[in-house]
Amino acid sequence: MNRIQQKLREDKKLLSIYFTAGYPSLKSTVQIIEDLEKNGVDMIEIGLPFSDPLADGPTIQESSTAALKNGMTSDVLFKQLKDIRKTVSIPLIIMGYFNPVLQYGVEKFCKKCHEIGIDGLILPDLPLDVYESDYKAIFEKYGLLNMFLITPQTSDERIRQIDKASKGFIYMVSSASVTGSKSGFGKEQEAYFERIAALKLANPQIVGFGIKDIETFEKATRKAKGAIIGSAFIKFLTENGTGNIHSFINKIR
Amino acid sequence: MKKSGHDSLFGSGGKFHVNEKGYYGEFGGAFIPEMLYPNVEELRQKYLEIMNEESFQKEFHQLLKDYVGRPSPLYFAKRLSEKHGAKIYLKREDLNHTGAHKVNNTVGQILMAKRLGKTRIIAETGAGQHGVATATVCALMGIHCVVYMGEIDIARQAPNVARMKMLGAEVRPATSGSKTLKDATNEAIRDWINNPVDTHYIIGSAIGPHPYPDMVTRFQSVISEEIKWQLMEKEGRENPDYVVACIGGGSNAAGTYYHFLDEPEVGIIAVEAAGKGIDSGESAATSALGKIGIIHGCKTMLMQTADGQITEPYSISAGLDYPGVGPMHSHLYTSGRAEFYSATDDEAMTAGLELSQLEGIIPAIESGHAFAIFQHKKFKPDDVVVMSLSGRGDKDLQTYIDYFKI
Repeated sequence: MNRIQQKLREDKKLLSIYFTAGYPSLKSTVQIIEDLEKNGVDMIEIGLPFSDPLADGPTIQESSTAALKNGMTSDVLFKQLKDIRKTVSIPLIIMGYFNPVLQYGVEKFCKKCHEIGIDGLILPDLPLDVYESDYKAIFEKYGLLNMFLITPQTSDERIRQIDKASKGFIYMVSSASVTGSKSGFGKEQEAYFERIAALKLANPQIVGFGIKDIETFEKATRKAKGAIIGSAFIKFLTENGTGNIHSFINKIR
Repeated sequence: MKKSGHDSLFGSGGKFHVNEKGYYGEFGGAFIPEMLYPNVEELRQKYLEIMNEESFQKEFHQLLKDYVGRPSPLYFAKRLSEKHGAKIYLKREDLNHTGAHKVNNTVGQILMAKRLGKTRIIAETGAGQHGVATATVCALMGIHCVVYMGEIDIARQAPNVARMKMLGAEVRPATSGSKTLKDATNEAIRDWINNPVDTHYIIGSAIGPHPYPDMVTRFQSVISEEIKWQLMEKEGRENPDYVVACIGGGSNAAGTYYHFLDEPEVGIIAVEAAGKGIDSGESAATSALGKIGIIHGCKTMLMQTADGQITEPYSISAGLDYPGVGPMHSHLYTSGRAEFYSATDDEAMTAGLELSQLEGIIPAIESGHAFAIFQHKKFKPDDVVVMSLSGRGDKDLQTYIDYFKI
């Protein structure tokens, strides 16, 4: 069984952290992953930086630009992660945009992920139909799960379709926004969380976008299986460096 | 003899047109995050039906006639023809209201937005021509308009920024990346993600996720629809030997080629911006420098690093300063249907000055690139060559002044 699927079976609300590989410095990737696991994080999304991150707000945009300036590429990331499974056992997911994967070669990219011990990919701009017709066989060959996004605007019919195509979790975008732009959850989000819970989907949902502290984490996971913190963690790294990651995580865990 | 009907709104289904899945050969599609799916899908399902409604067509063509000033003249350029040894006709899109072809598309899309029940419009702009054309139709319809424009372009196209503001639009600077058209497009897409319910995004070029390239092309196809009957009046034939247009994203080119795509005797010529030279590192010649990839929601030729990061283009002309090209054009290029050339800044400026002095027409620098074709290709004396004169040069006066030290 894939590590993501195993983790999703645990009887707890999962905390997942997103960070941009190569930020704040080129070599911080491995240390950040190790520190996150040590401090009780359940799952990690390693952001592969892209020059034109359409779905991201200023915080992740700036971290991506900085990471690219630092010299991060797909090749560099794979080299950095070569021995990651000697020290880290929680699920690791690579999250990024489709073009860098396409240029690397989708099969070659998936093969590398498999060799390293990456468990899944999140590629927001790879559409469901293209995945199913062109790439699903390759992902499955290398044991990689592909996680799809849903939003408050996604119709029930499409959510069911996505649920059917998923084998890990559904990435539930909390509100109509790019990353890092909403603060707090209101009535609208609660109604959306209720609606999704009522659909009784086969795949658990992990909520992302707008989670930044214990309060938003608890609200997001009242119905869902877990939540992802991205921009707030990157802001923390920008302000505090990579030396005391525990102080950020301990406020939530 | 004027051809009746509005067949520019009906696809011919030929092999150079979009297929039902939104592809031109291997190019196109809709590579968008799920946040954009409901909007793009709604548009995909409805755009052809809405465009084919009689009331839509009536309103669209009425506005093109009375407000834009169509048909735009097809003018025989006698002195330019003598100089270059061919029968050269100019399709005068520069005479449209707002000074370029861009308004053909914005008139169509504002009517589309109204029928979709949208109450807020966003747009991206490079040179400011599409921004002005969008702000114009929003003023006409009384709809709130936000235009994203790269910070660098805001500085180099100040008169157009003032025009948009005067028309009541809000101009928001794009401060990320290269601070030009690519980044303005990113910001507009982010705005649409943040405002999925009330907002319609009027994309200005034949780019973006399906159905945008096809929708924009169909609205612009009025250009080639008119060329056909105008050429019949002047030459007794509908088809020229060549049609020539400049290409950034490719909307004027798409409209100029559309009704000739399936006429093999018509040569299709595209001129891209080579900037300071294709090998200079400062260029926007996508066909020469690009590889297939994903930009702004479609699979097409684009300039990028080996690692798949989109690179910063360069051209003296803000309207051609884009690292990709529309998916239809990628297909025309790789299939060999169109001949692709590129013109440097110097060649385009020289061609712009030549047109000014031979014909009394100061073109936009974008269009100047098309006219640089005569520095690259020799035509036969009886060749009928139709040039898309996509915009007028008023907005570029400062660049001309600086370049020629006038």
